[in-house]
Amino acid sequence: MKNSPVKTIVAIGIGAALFFVLGRFVAIPSPVPNTNISTQYGLLAFMAALFGPIAGALIGLIGHALIDFSYGWGIWWSWVIASACFGCLMGLISKKLKLADGEFGSKGFIGFNVCQIICHVLAWGVVAPVLDILIYAEPANKVFVQGLVGGASNIVTTAIIGSILCAAYAGSRPKSGSLSKDN
Amino acid sequence: MKGIFNYIDRPSPIHELTGAAKLVCLLLWSFAAMSTYDTRMLIVLPVLSFMLFAVSKIRLRDVSFILTFTVVIMVLNNLLIFLFSPQHGVQIYGTKHVLFTITGRYVVTQEQLLYHLNLVLKYLSTIPIVLLFVCTTNPSEFAASLNRIGVPYSIAYAVALALRYIPDIQMQYHEISQAQQARGIEMSRKESLIKRLRAAAAILVPLILSSMDRIEVISNAMELRGFGKHKKRTWYMGRPFRAGDFAAVGLGILLLAAALVLNHLNGGRFWNPFV
Repeated sequence: MKNSPVKTIVAIGIGAALFFVLGRFVAIPSPVPNTNISTQYGLLAFMAALFGPIAGALIGLIGHALIDFSYGWGIWWSWVIASACFGCLMGLISKKLKLADGEFGSKGFIGFNVCQIICHVLAWGVVAPVLDILIYAEPANKVFVQGLVGGASNIVTTAIIGSILCAAYAGSRPKSGSLSKDN
Repeated sequence: MKGIFNYIDRPSPIHELTGAAKLVCLLLWSFAAMSTYDTRMLIVLPVLSFMLFAVSKIRLRDVSFILTFTVVIMVLNNLLIFLFSPQHGVQIYGTKHVLFTITGRYVVTQEQLLYHLNLVLKYLSTIPIVLLFVCTTNPSEFAASLNRIGVPYSIAYAVALALRYIPDIQMQYHEISQAQQARGIEMSRKESLIKRLRAAAAILVPLILSSMDRIEVISNAMELRGFGKHKKRTWYMGRPFRAGDFAAVGLGILLLAAALVLNHLNGGRFWNPFV
């Protein structure tokens, strides 16, 4: 199924709105005090797998920038760009998943999760800390620890929420070739 | 639901400026604050932004919640940096003026304190101005101004759609969450982490699947109205530039230029008073 450009634009808008609402209001309290687990990356992985790299990048960029804006602390560019990178990479390498055709078996499940782990490691283990050092001149060991802790929790939430979303969406779509001609 | 973006409608010279001019000024301002670690420049920026606050008639009370929140984040970030790298300032400035020793490698130096002062000043030079922008710019005008500064209109329109649908999706989330809680879903600290995540999924799946239908409906409506047929479009909220707008853009350019000149004079991003 090919998405029309208009549909991609709408998907970016609605996706960014969902990303914002999940990031701002769906906070799951974690065992560590004062830290919440961000559920929005499961959504981002799912949307990127469905609508492709451009939509993934822009949903991450707009959604994350809006969250930062609404808190009013200015845009923390390094992490916003890392979100966009995650969406883009996820869109690029999860092309083979045919969610819209109703396919998400065990093969799709493993593929999706391998993809998301690679993308999270690249985004939070490399892109975010390096940009933190370049833009904000923060100490290297601090930003790498921050990036890895954030990345690890994002991998867990994406694995659970992203996979459930993909399975539910694929289940709601008619399978391609599910109709056969009666002789 | 009101108040997510805290737009406060109150007549003032800052509200009169077009969104595009404010956005350009904000971007230049934050690039200036981002690029330099010159303490003198970083003192000028907060002073200037507090003056603009006074002009805009936004009261401290209006934004006190966000301010306390960011102060907490700022303190935490500074503590983390000191914990991980107590000698970061010494590394940057190349000299070591010891003030006193806490324990082991945690030695407090003048260089480290200056580095932390710079960090705090950096927060103070960007946070008030972003708050000011958010409080004085109508969200609908924001999308129009993105297009004005050169963002393709399809992307500006995606931002407009996001801003339009955030309250709807928020309300829908609330409804689904209450319906699921009535059926016995628990998301508080009493449950284990994995169960909490599964509970979140039980709310998110209906929310996101119904949003997929919403995407379908909206894109059909837009296609029927010929969206994307022409290279340009006009905006209901767009306004022409006036003298004040040029002044705002000029101020931004001036600040960025000052930051770049200072970086050049200092021979790097850091102003070093120790040599």
